[in-house]
Amino acid sequence: MATLFSPGHTACAGCGQAIAARLVVDTAGPNTIIANNTGCLEVFSTKYPESSWGVPWIHSLFENAAAVASGVEAALKYLGKKENINVIAQAGDGGTGDIGLQALSGMWERGHDILYVCYDNEAYMNTGIQRSGLTPYESNTTTSPPGKVSLGNTRPKKPMPEIAAAHNLAYVATSSAGFPRDVQKKVKKALSIKGPKYLQIHVPCPLGWRHIPGATLDIAKLAVDCGLYPLIEYEFGKLTQVRKIVKPKPVEEYLKSQGRFKHIVNLPEEIKVIQEIANNNIEKYGLIK
Amino acid sequence: MKQFIEGSQAVAQVVKLCRPGVISAYPITPQTHIVEGLAKIVANGELKAEFVNVESEHSAASLVLGSVASGVRSFTATSSQGFLLMIEVLFNIAGMRLPLVMTCANRAISAPLSIWNDQQDSMTARDSGWIQLYAENNQEAADLHIQAYRISEDKDISLPVMVCMDGFILTHGAEVVDLPDQSEVDKFLPPFKLENKLDVEDPKTLGAFADPSYYTEARYGIQVANSNALEIIPKVSDEFKKIFGRATGGLVEGYKLEDAEQVIVAMGSIVGTIKETVDELRAEGKKVGVLKIITYRPFPVDAIYEALKDVREVAVLEKAVSMGYAGPLYADLKSAISCKSKINKISGFVIGLGGRDITKDSIRQVYSLLSGEEVRCEFIGLDPSFEGNG
Repeated sequence: MATLFSPGHTACAGCGQAIAARLVVDTAGPNTIIANNTGCLEVFSTKYPESSWGVPWIHSLFENAAAVASGVEAALKYLGKKENINVIAQAGDGGTGDIGLQALSGMWERGHDILYVCYDNEAYMNTGIQRSGLTPYESNTTTSPPGKVSLGNTRPKKPMPEIAAAHNLAYVATSSAGFPRDVQKKVKKALSIKGPKYLQIHVPCPLGWRHIPGATLDIAKLAVDCGLYPLIEYEFGKLTQVRKIVKPKPVEEYLKSQGRFKHIVNLPEEIKVIQEIANNNIEKYGLIK
Repeated sequence: MKQFIEGSQAVAQVVKLCRPGVISAYPITPQTHIVEGLAKIVANGELKAEFVNVESEHSAASLVLGSVASGVRSFTATSSQGFLLMIEVLFNIAGMRLPLVMTCANRAISAPLSIWNDQQDSMTARDSGWIQLYAENNQEAADLHIQAYRISEDKDISLPVMVCMDGFILTHGAEVVDLPDQSEVDKFLPPFKLENKLDVEDPKTLGAFADPSYYTEARYGIQVANSNALEIIPKVSDEFKKIFGRATGGLVEGYKLEDAEQVIVAMGSIVGTIKETVDELRAEGKKVGVLKIITYRPFPVDAIYEALKDVREVAVLEKAVSMGYAGPLYADLKSAISCKSKINKISGFVIGLGGRDITKDSIRQVYSLLSGEEVRCEFIGLDPSFEGNG
């Protein structure tokens, strides 16, 4: 099948974001306009004079894709073309939950008919693996390094799906590069709903998470199967669907698969703390079948 | 039709006549009356447009960036802190070569907080690639907005244009303004067509990143477009005169320059006060004139040189300072014309910061100082008890 996200871009081997971005645009189809924040995806796909994008695509700044997309949507409404064209804004986790949160909240509150996709690789990878608000607890990044008096990132992930749901959006979902059909299904569902939507996709980063490129999909699946990255859907603020887990895997298996947790895999007490985070998710979202 | 009207409402009326399809803004004094006027115009169905209230100036500028990139004529307006919050986006809009018009209702910059007028805000964007036009009065403010769209959308320019009008003095001041008819504006301003736009029928990538092999050329393109604007802005002004019967716009405007030996250079509403003072000085036999800078970016070096080449002494009066050096207009003008003409003195004066009143007496003070030693950055009207006090 022809893709709207051509190969030949400069993403790292095994990049989860490249896999997810292709799934998103190919599911959305050619009648789509994308506004992209600054970040890995923008840099590896649009180095002038080349571009991977088969749909109209615009990049402006790090934090404003939601506002730029709002302008695209307003223009399409003015032109009477909005009904037939999808508008997607997309960014990484830092561009979404940190520097871009204000513009995103504004886009949600104003009710623009836009799907916002956050590719969550859990740190500022484009600038060299610095901690973001969505970096998980005790993850080793270049600005949250473990040391003699530190075990890495001291804070849990910012709950972006809940923040989105609190805006009473018609549709909020999380997905994972490890579950391509889930990504496709949720993009399709989101685009069938009018108004602002939020989709957050967990995308492993071999460079930042320190795993072999071939393990991307397995690691993404592990995150879901241990309860650390629940796949959930909210409609108008209410939890409506979750991906059930038959038998949760221990978080240890997930942590051991990546270098970013290497400093805690021999510390049973710390693994217990992270297991608690997974257990809380399992209980909170009712993840067990 | 002539109307006694507030400057902001005059601007709202002419922006309506330019038929923008998307308007977005965030409220900040003294820009508010302009966007309130437009909001009402849209709410009453007098203009078919999307009026989008956003959560910040950063998003207002980003939103119109997106709507212009989609091929729809757009408008925004701001002031002061809002202008500074926008500035990242302003550079980006110019870099992406997107035609757009915005109003800067000129206001001082914090700290200390001041809602009153000076021109420090728009001065901070003088290196951005935006074309900057400064209005002396409300008629000019209105007319410059119409011309701004023509200039901005000219295919040999394709740059955003900001019309700068002094906050409160013009935005909240009422005077008689001749507001054009829709048919005249339609004749002057053709529908907006953007070649490189977001279009599902012809997908293009906008805002790609450039490595060192391309970046310089992209930036050079902005410089070339600015040079083109120096040729095109006077032509737009001429054409405006043909249709509307009024000479407004252009690069500079001279007042009583013919035999002038001393000239005061300034821009914005202060020029009105200077002209009145010059009339009085002329009556006293002084050979003084005024040079009004209308187009500050691109900087009209040749037009300024032509106007000042036979002048002996020049005073530059401005409402902004490049802290640590001098007023930006003074610095630009001095580097452009010194050593090239008969001028033996160019003095720089800073006046009217944060809304301090500028009276004819303060202009006379400048005039008297001009005969003394050359000064670079003399603050006019300083309270003597604060002089030298940090």
